Amino acid sequence: MDGTIPATEQMNSGAEAVLRALKAQGVDVIFGYPGGAVLPIYDAIFQQTEIRHILVRHEQAAVHAAEGYARSTGKVGCVLVTSGPGATNAVTGLVDALMDSIPLVCLTGQVPTHLIGNDAFQEADTTGITRQATKHNYLVKKSADLVRVVHEAFHVARTGRPGPVVIDLPKDILINPAPYHEPTAKVHRSYRPRTEPDTAKIKEAVALLKRAKHPVVYAGGGIVNAGPEASRLLTEFVRLTGMPCTNTLMGLGTFPASDPQFLGMLGMHGTYEANLTMHGADVMLNIGARFDDRVTGRLNAFAPSSKKIHIDIDPANINKSVAVDIPIVADACNALKALIEAWNADPTPQDKDALAQWWAQIDIWRAKQSLRYTQSRDPGSIIKPQYAIEQLYKATRGRETYVTTEVGQHQMWAAQYFKFEKPNRWMTSGGLGTMGYGLPAAMGVQVAHPDALVIDIAGEASILMNIQEMSTLAQYRLPVKVFILNNHYMGMVRQWQELLHGSRYSNSYSEALPDFVKLADSFHGVGLRAETVDDLDRVIAEMIATDKPVIADICVDEKENVFPMIPSGAAHNQMLLGPEHDDAGQPAVTSAGKALV
Amino acid sequence: MPDNHLRSATISVLVENEAGVLARVIGLFSGRGYNIDSLTVAPVERDGSKSRITVVTQGTDMVIEQIKAQLDRLVPVYKVLDLTEGPHLSRELALIKVIGIGEKRQEALRLADAFRARVIDATTESFTFELTGATDKLDAFLDLMRPLGLAEVSRTGVAAIARGAKTIG
Ligand SMILES: Cc1ncc(C[n+]2csc(CCOP(=O)(O)OP(=O)(O)O)c2C)c(N)n1
Ligand SMILES: [Mg+2]
Repeated sequence: MDGTIPATEQMNSGAEAVLRALKAQGVDVIFGYPGGAVLPIYDAIFQQTEIRHILVRHEQAAVHAAEGYARSTGKVGCVLVTSGPGATNAVTGLVDALMDSIPLVCLTGQVPTHLIGNDAFQEADTTGITRQATKHNYLVKKSADLVRVVHEAFHVARTGRPGPVVIDLPKDILINPAPYHEPTAKVHRSYRPRTEPDTAKIKEAVALLKRAKHPVVYAGGGIVNAGPEASRLLTEFVRLTGMPCTNTLMGLGTFPASDPQFLGMLGMHGTYEANLTMHGADVMLNIGARFDDRVTGRLNAFAPSSKKIHIDIDPANINKSVAVDIPIVADACNALKALIEAWNADPTPQDKDALAQWWAQIDIWRAKQSLRYTQSRDPGSIIKPQYAIEQLYKATRGRETYVTTEVGQHQMWAAQYFKFEKPNRWMTSGGLGTMGYGLPAAMGVQVAHPDALVIDIAGEASILMNIQEMSTLAQYRLPVKVFILNNHYMGMVRQWQELLHGSRYSNSYSEALPDFVKLADSFHGVGLRAETVDDLDRVIAEMIATDKPVIADICVDEKENVFPMIPSGAAHNQMLLGPEHDDAGQPAVTSAGKALV
Repeated sequence: MPDNHLRSATISVLVENEAGVLARVIGLFSGRGYNIDSLTVAPVERDGSKSRITVVTQGTDMVIEQIKAQLDRLVPVYKVLDLTEGPHLSRELALIKVIGIGEKRQEALRLADAFRARVIDATTESFTFELTGATDKLDAFLDLMRPLGLAEVSRTGVAAIARGAKTIG
């Protein structure tokens, strides 16, 4: 921060100064794991009660837990790890938060300043390693800078496009006395993200939208980051204008799934109606999404005849992969306010007839029921994974429910079949696609919302990537529910091998799985299993009713694939539908498409 | 995108003079696959608090816009200016060692004079020239020196500034 130095007070140790700064920044929970370099902070934590420390079992999990905490509360998540392996273990979580714009501050221990560069025990070049893994990072070399850096880190993490910030703290800086000062309101010298939209551009956008015959609103995770008010304004705007609205994976919950104007998720596994509406649109309003390749499909065939309006807080997201006609750099909430105002002020009448025809077309696409599947109810029938999610959703309706996921088919089914009415209820690793995200993220959510129902929708392969966190759940009595869609395969890998690699299932079978029921038991939780459709509802009900960590092992159809699917390198109108549909096709994947991920 | 035409851009970046800022800029270029044709950096503020980085890069208009936006979002960056958008001056400096005797040595000296290169060191068998100018002028001079005993070159890379009263601010 700039300008005059505020009144300072000497603290006995840097560690105490750090804790005081964290409190001033509103931190009430730290997710962490101790080690030599951060012992001074652990000592300071021991001597106070305001900040709670959750001891995870792996540093990657500390970061994901902080992500879950942050995403479900809108606050900055806080992480504490030691030097060397503590910091390197945290890197995956940091990149995950960077890709999904999750505000975090991660404190890493470092060897004392005089040893830096000496290959000291547990030394790693943490700022070097995390430079491309964070929004920004700091190495504190002087006690006088310590508190300023902590305050600044929170400011950087939460403002603009949010993201993870690392503060590397040499041990001597934590031990030596350090001055403390309160956060200042002064603006940062060089970092000044733009949040207010250009009103002329907003008017242009409204003019375009008023004249649209085939409009679509495409809203993403930026709306979640802009706070619940942004979701309320999005809903108001979409209803005001009568336009269809689709969400990205990260944006689910920002527009109520039950609203008739909602088309479902778009993109690689989006609904038929969402993708065809995008493809046929003449005006597209993108708010808080970044034209990710999972959304656009083949770029030169993406919404070919549309004029595009793009509202994003990050100027670097604009014109990155898709050229847009009206770029607007702003916070989504401010932009939506301005849009609503400008819409009401613009006297141009909407072409209601064209809009009605557009909806008639959309209804034809909807009638295709692209998410249709068949669940046999005969006793002993195998459970379809889609049905398991639908039943789970039905059983949790009306409750305060938060859902996290791992990565794979189960994640896509969760996105397709679980319905979200509000933002901050859905936590998934979108950008990085990190298996092992869901359980620790659920832990962070449950810490923030102790009375809520928190479910990690998992795959049997992903869950093993951070299964050690069951121990953390037991220690802190966090009744997280792990709902495993157990298909005995890395299903998403198997699906790609089936469709793109001649059904050669190389290394994608989940061999030698643990007995998840016994596993839950040995971690002081409750294990349940549903083997057939007859067991499903009972297991779900029991899971929800259990006030302990639960692993529900749901045995599902091993060969089920996620549909619709836009194969890599294909366009939105080249979607594959499931076997339920007469026109279910084989993918025409080009070799260029095969090279894509 | 219809416009695949590559252009060269000279971009000035005013940054907070803090540890790691150059690594951040270079990491951005390597991480996102952008070219660096030339890169210079030095403090420009009297108290040493700000540095100016000048980077010469190539790309389509869309890529160059992306580079500027990516640079601008780095926390320690104050200002990003694409000098190629307007009239500007680019200069670099080269120290050039030429080893030779007899006629070639005479010729090198004559050409150096024509290019206004200064002799800053000389022995009976070598000259070291100092030459300042636009990149293509330096290139042209080096081409001429090559057959005349060009032995070693050290170049600073490009420093650039807008013409007229316009500043990076
Ligand atoms: C850390 C990590 N490693 C590898 C992958 C690649 N990957 C994506 S989905 C997947 C399979 C996941 O299997 P499972 O958890 O059983 O989920 P399913 O697809 O069967 O629902 C793999 C290996 C990944 N996303 N993350
Ligand atoms: Mg699986």
